[in-house]
Amino acid sequence: MVEARRAAVVGVGSTEYYRRGGSLPQTANELAAVAILAALDDAGLAVEDIDGFAYYSGGFDTGWFAQALGIPMIKFTASLTGGGSGSAGSVGLAATAIAAGQADVVVSLMTLQQAPGNRLGAAMAVQSGPYYRPPTPERDFIAPYGAFAPGHFFSLIAQRHMYEYGTTREHFAEVAITQRTNALTRPKALHKGPLTREEYFAARMISDPLCLYDYTMESDGAVAVITTSADRARDLRHPPVHVMAAASGGDGRWGRGIGWMGMPDELFATAGAGAIAKLLYERAGIGPEDVDVALLYDHFTPMVLLQLEDYGFCGRGESGPFVAEGNIRIGGTIPVNTHGGNLSEAYIIGMTHVVEAVEQIRGTAINQVAGAEIALVTGGPSGIPVSGLLLQR
Amino acid sequence: MRGPYQGAASHAVATIHPDAWTAPFWAAARRHQLVAARCTGCGRFQVPPTGFCPGCRSRSVEWIELSGQATVYTFTVVRHPVVPSEIDTVPYVIGVVCLPDAGNAKLMTNIVDCDPDTVAIGQHVEVVWDDVDDEVTIPRFRPR
Repeated sequence: MVEARRAAVVGVGSTEYYRRGGSLPQTANELAAVAILAALDDAGLAVEDIDGFAYYSGGFDTGWFAQALGIPMIKFTASLTGGGSGSAGSVGLAATAIAAGQADVVVSLMTLQQAPGNRLGAAMAVQSGPYYRPPTPERDFIAPYGAFAPGHFFSLIAQRHMYEYGTTREHFAEVAITQRTNALTRPKALHKGPLTREEYFAARMISDPLCLYDYTMESDGAVAVITTSADRARDLRHPPVHVMAAASGGDGRWGRGIGWMGMPDELFATAGAGAIAKLLYERAGIGPEDVDVALLYDHFTPMVLLQLEDYGFCGRGESGPFVAEGNIRIGGTIPVNTHGGNLSEAYIIGMTHVVEAVEQIRGTAINQVAGAEIALVTGGPSGIPVSGLLLQR
Repeated sequence: MRGPYQGAASHAVATIHPDAWTAPFWAAARRHQLVAARCTGCGRFQVPPTGFCPGCRSRSVEWIELSGQATVYTFTVVRHPVVPSEIDTVPYVIGVVCLPDAGNAKLMTNIVDCDPDTVAIGQHVEVVWDDVDDEVTIPRFRPR
């Protein structure tokens, strides 16, 4: 457990964002190194200060970064298990290492290059590359039915939520349109034009009940986040953004989440984050009413709704009407994904959400929530570990 | 490689890799019998079986023949083929069905032999058998 406020995020940096494949011929490592240097510059730190890496989704090649950038000494390098579900948790892993005295300046990172043959949208069907997984006896209960894409599994969850609670595509559209509106003021956003309700409903269906605009975009780029001790953070370029609490794990019955879909009924139509939300709030000593801005991992619009429920911003089954009332818009009761998110700014597997949370707490966000003091960041609803992070001025 | 059932994914992806725990399921499928593993320690059904009962940690199961009747718990109509093998099979329907005679365990499948736009949660379905080749038979479900 991270003791509250012992670590702080002090630097964030990113590359430009690119459409899928648009970052070539740069390598994914090159993109990462550009983002790391940008984050160091933001923090007012030097390459020589880095001594740790805390990743998610399997991690990256720390040795390459050390050699290429000339990092003199690595004291900690580790990754959470799972995939995009660990984005928020990777900063928690960094804070844990710092609180334990294992390292002083720790980089969390995502670099993504969805080149041909390496597209997350067919992650469970690829025959080679980083997303390839060998066949397993369990997968025989999934793959013969054509369930290859993360979106297929989340469609199954969304459809059940619609059945149980009367959630509609209008509610999904509200998420997509709100986030697009937020992206329009942001120079680096890949989507430059507004999304109208008419365009949303005219879009082709990908896997019912999800249409094109319910799916995240596919993009390239890298984002780096630098965490250090609260003591050291006081002397750096920006006011510290303290780690209040972080949690990575989940209800064991949720398990693999989007595997063979055997979750019990009471967890099925959720984002699988309820147990982690409770733990996170307990560790921070706050509740959802204390959160000023929420950066909720948005690979699919319905999962924003279900996280609003899991994280207690509204009751179970109430997220559809909750967003229809405008509550997640800027100026609403809980502004969500003020940067446009994975859906409309860029999809760098959730790390842009950490950047936005840091800028909101610093008070420098482009779409600033007035007086924001506490920000929630979540990792992608998926299998264990589900992760969450609370940042505070 | 479309199979005989409209609404099913292609035969190209109908491959299986059984281990000691799942082999009886697929062997029964060859005989057109739907079976489920039940823990001999506590009676809990395991779909799919992993070799461990999550309730009592017993490693012993017995195989129970089921009626093949089920209800649709949730579904998605896949309209965009994310992989080339499915260009000719869309729209196909991925369903999760509840097996009432296996403790309402959930089983992923395809809902076949119907207009995809008529599939609904709560719909009663029954197993049909898709003999893919000389070794593999896949259970799918159709409205009854």
